Order: sequence, then structure tokens, then C-alpha cells
Amino acid sequence: MDAKADVYVTNSPEETEALGAELAKGLLSSPGEVIGLVGELGAGKTSFVRGMARGLGVKGCVKSPSFTLINVYEGGSLPLYHIDLYRLAKLEELYGAGLEEYIYAKGISVIEWADKFPALYAECNIIVIFSYKGEDMREIEIRRR
Amino acid sequence: MLILGIESSCDDTGAAVVEDGGILRSSVVSSQDAIHAKYGGIVPELASRRHIEMIIPVVDEALKQASVAIEEIDGVAVTQGPGLAGSLLVGLSFAKSLSYARAIPITGVNHIEAHVMAAFLHKSGGKGTDVPAFPFVALIVSGGHTTLLHVKDFTRCEIIGHTVDDAAGEAFDKVAKLLGLGYPGGLAIDRLAKDGNPSFVEFTRPYMAKGNLNFSFSGVKTAVLTYVKGRNGGLPPEILKDLAASFQETVVDVLISKAMRAVGAVNSKTLVLAGGVACNSRLRAKLTAEAGKQGLRLFIPEPHLCSDNGAMIASLGYHQIKKGSKAGLDLNAKPNWD
Repeated sequence: MDAKADVYVTNSPEETEALGAELAKGLLSSPGEVIGLVGELGAGKTSFVRGMARGLGVKGCVKSPSFTLINVYEGGSLPLYHIDLYRLAKLEELYGAGLEEYIYAKGISVIEWADKFPALYAECNIIVIFSYKGEDMREIEIRRR
Repeated sequence: MLILGIESSCDDTGAAVVEDGGILRSSVVSSQDAIHAKYGGIVPELASRRHIEMIIPVVDEALKQASVAIEEIDGVAVTQGPGLAGSLLVGLSFAKSLSYARAIPITGVNHIEAHVMAAFLHKSGGKGTDVPAFPFVALIVSGGHTTLLHVKDFTRCEIIGHTVDDAAGEAFDKVAKLLGLGYPGGLAIDRLAKDGNPSFVEFTRPYMAKGNLNFSFSGVKTAVLTYVKGRNGGLPPEILKDLAASFQETVVDVLISKAMRAVGAVNSKTLVLAGGVACNSRLRAKLTAEAGKQGLRLFIPEPHLCSDNGAMIASLGYHQIKKGSKAGLDLNAKPNWD
């Protein structure tokens, strides 16, 4: 079961980014960490990942990986693997696309729509849940197991 | 010189025969939209399986329509990236096998740069064919890309602007999903917006005020979500039309404003629009009007050449092969190629 949960409220995409950066900074000594993100379209998942990249010291754009399924950001303290399961229908397709090679690699993996596949969801040590509260307001719950 | 072009970067399998880089002898695309519709998007593994099933029939059909035998093909061009790794590999494996078996040159092509070549494709090759003069600006807009290129030559171009988050076509697909419309979202929104009021909701034009040539479309998606949430459920058909039109207008205005800024920035008088989103009727009409006002020469290829196809790959491949840029059998996919 979930060992620990922290709940935050952010009032702008920038605050969501800052929270992502803070989480990433705490993971510098945890290569191989797998983080699952849960939340609907527009809930702030990509903003959070952009913050994580900044927290790891990655420069440049953090774009949506919906099209390529994975974006790899190097140049920071640890590589960041930004994975998006939005378009996947079955977990086997994840393996078909070769994504598991990244998930168990020596960087930080962050997976959008992680809750689509229970088997994968169970592998995430940290789960971040985004809830829409108002135009720019989001509730972000960080669970560590 | 006859080049066979192979495209399999995303959901469509394309093959085409192009003569001397410009004469369109045939172009066959097996659209997979019908397969993907029930999943509300492209399903990658499904896509690569379908590519495997479709690639030989699609190539056969392209050769047949061009009235060309496989022995007459002088070279093969194939999309190397960006795209889905599994899908790219199907096209690459086929192209490499053909190159090896027939002992003809092979070249790997950048999919985004290849979209520009649609503006150089024509049916006959007869005199008076109007093509863009170098250098010019190209705006490539699709489900995976939103990129401004400064094109200096067939094989030389520079990225001068790009999206910092979502691609424009991705915003169309995701907003269509938020609004409960079908896939492909671009077409659904285009149709619905025809009778809608584009000023119904004034969404913020993201990045429009910024002086650079980059785009951002993630915020518009969130703004639509906010609007839908604010209505507490009910989205009657009248509102849906207006919302689709307002969203579409926002994206179109941002694309046009940045394209115009790019043309000014590199002091060009010629603009090419291509990529799947270039099929959007509102974008085509509004950009045509704006280019007319600004005295620009605008090239928008026919819709079947704007969306993914093998002909644009063959065309760029021809120029690469002519320049001596040939690949070996170790040619590999570059899924995240800029």
C-alpha cells in the first residue's frame, strides 16, 4: 500500500513546473526511479515533466511525446526518459515499441497515463496524481511507496 | 532517374514513384484511419503490424500506377525519422532489402524536410510548372510537428522555429477527444467549425506576442478543458460548433502570425505550407488571403501531397542521391530526429 502521500495545490503551470523540479532534485541519488503520472488531458502532466527536466539541469524544450511515445533528455545530472502512453491500447504494445529498455535503464523514467496499465502502474515507486480544481488551479498528490 | 519513395513513419504506409525529383508518376497511401478510429488515436504496435501487411501491396500498386517495373527503379528513398521506431523500421527494412537485391542506391530521408518537397511535385513536368524559388520559408504542420524552416536549397535547410510543447495537429486531436468528437480530430473539427462562430470564445493566442518563431499549443488545449469544465457537463451541438470554430481560429491565427514573422525575419517573399494540418480548410483560406495582402508567393500542395506520402520522400531522396548522399545497409531509424 501507499506508504506516504503529500498533497500540494498549484495555481499556475509555473508552480506545477516548480513542484516537478523539486521532486526531480530529490531523485538525484536514485537512478532507475520510475514515476507514474495520472491525470486527464490538460491537467498539467507535461508541465510537471518540464519542471523535472529543469530540476535535473536539462536545457532546451520539453515537448509532448504523444507522437514519438518517448523523448529522451540528456545533458542533465541524470538522463530523463519522458514516456507517454496516451496512444497505447495494450501493454504488449509498450514492449513492441521497445520502451521497457528505457524504463529499466539508469535514468529517471516518468510515464504519463501510467494508470492505463495496472501491471506497469505497480512498478512505479512514485505516483503523481493531478486533479483539475479551477482554471489554473491543480491539486497534485505525490505518493511514495 | 526513377526513385521509389517509402514512407512509414506514423500511421500511413506510403509508396511512390517520382521521376527526376519532381514528376509524380504515382503515389499510393494506405490510410489506416479506419483501423485506428475505434481506439481514438494511432495505436503504435498496431501501426507497425499494419505497415508490415501493407508495404508490399502498396509498393506493387505504386509501380503499377506508374507503369514501371521494379527493374526500372534507379534508387530507393526511405523515411529515417522522426517517427515511431517500430513503424520506421518496417519501411527501412523493406527499402534496404530492395536496395541490396537490386543493387541500387538507398538514401535515408528526414520526414519533416521531405514535406517541403510536396511543393515541387507535379504531374507532367511540362514547361511553366510553378515551383518555389530558393531561398524560402516553409511551415510544416502535422500531428507530430510544427516547424518553420528556412529552405536554402533542396538538401539544405535550417529550423528557425518549432513548437515548445504540443504539435498543432496533436492539439486538434486532443481537443477533438475532449469535445467527444471522433478521430482523426483535425477533420472532425474542420467540418464542425464550418458553421461555428470563431469569435465565440476568445482563447489566448499563445506565444503570439512573443518575438520569437516558436509555437505553443498545450495552453489552448487546457483552455478548452477549462471551458468545458465551466459548463458543467452540457455541450449542446450549437455550442460545440462555436467552440470548435473558436479553437480552430486560435490555432490558425498563431500559425499564420508566426509564418508571417518568419518570412519577414529572413526577408523572403515565398512561403510553402505543408504537412497534414495544411489540409485544414480554414488555414488554407486564411493564409491564402494573408499572403495575398502581404504580396507573398504562397505554395500549398494538394491535400494528398500535404499529408504523409511516399512521393515527398522520393523527391528529397532524388536530390540526396544526386548529391552523392547514399547510405549503407546499416541505415537505422532516428525516431527523435529534429
